[in-house]
Amino acid sequence: MSSLFHFQFYFFALVAIVSALCFVTRKNPVAAALWLVNVMFALSGLYVMLDAPFVAAIQVLVYAGAIMVVFVFVVMLLNLGRSSELSDMRSIAARLGAGLISIGLAASVLMVLREKIPDTELTIPSENVVAPVAAALFNDYLIAFEVTSLVLLVAVIGAVVLAKRRVSA
Amino acid sequence: MITDSLIVSAILFSIGVLGVLTRRNAIILFMCVELMLNAVNLSFVAFSRLHGVTGQVFVIMVMTIAAAEAALGLAIVISVFRHFESLNLADLKLLRG
Repeated sequence: MSSLFHFQFYFFALVAIVSALCFVTRKNPVAAALWLVNVMFALSGLYVMLDAPFVAAIQVLVYAGAIMVVFVFVVMLLNLGRSSELSDMRSIAARLGAGLISIGLAASVLMVLREKIPDTELTIPSENVVAPVAAALFNDYLIAFEVTSLVLLVAVIGAVVLAKRRVSA
Repeated sequence: MITDSLIVSAILFSIGVLGVLTRRNAIILFMCVELMLNAVNLSFVAFSRLHGVTGQVFVIMVMTIAAAEAALGLAIVISVFRHFESLNLADLKLLRG
């Protein structure tokens, strides 16, 4: 059981990283978006392995289901795909510099991670997983939760106002 | 397992930074930011195994804010595209004087 769990964990981690690399290197915006959806699904699998199945479900529903659909919708709405839009990579030197910067960033974070973090073994998710999240969300963080609804309302109004076609009088 | 999750999270975040630094398409930049938010969410979930369920509450908050940010950002993108007929950041030079 344990080795199967480890295999699944590393499988999802590998899928996430490879999909993220493909996402960054695709020129076509729709292909990039689909690779990003792949990353989201792999991360959702990782959340299940990390004993957070509720977050995994929300990840699939909200990220893969809602946010990425909006992205793909906007890509198709704007009818991208002309050659000038597709050649959006920077020059070779800029790409090399960016690669060095991101490798340096990852290395510096990994250096911090060498400090020993107490580890817990993978377990089969317990049956009662939503109730503790709900208890924390609706007791300790109730005000933050309510303010979040206000943020969403403002975002909806702002999106409509910004994207509305202005009627020139 | 927690350390492994944090390593995956760091790598995903760096890939997101790589995308932000190499691409010029505004929509792809937004997607790279979403990837970075996802990487942070992964570390939150990993730490929630150590420190209780608060990390998962934070992930829910981050997802909500990400949804709001995507809606607003894409509205701005549509508005910019109507004005400039392009999403290539190299073409948006209005503030340069």
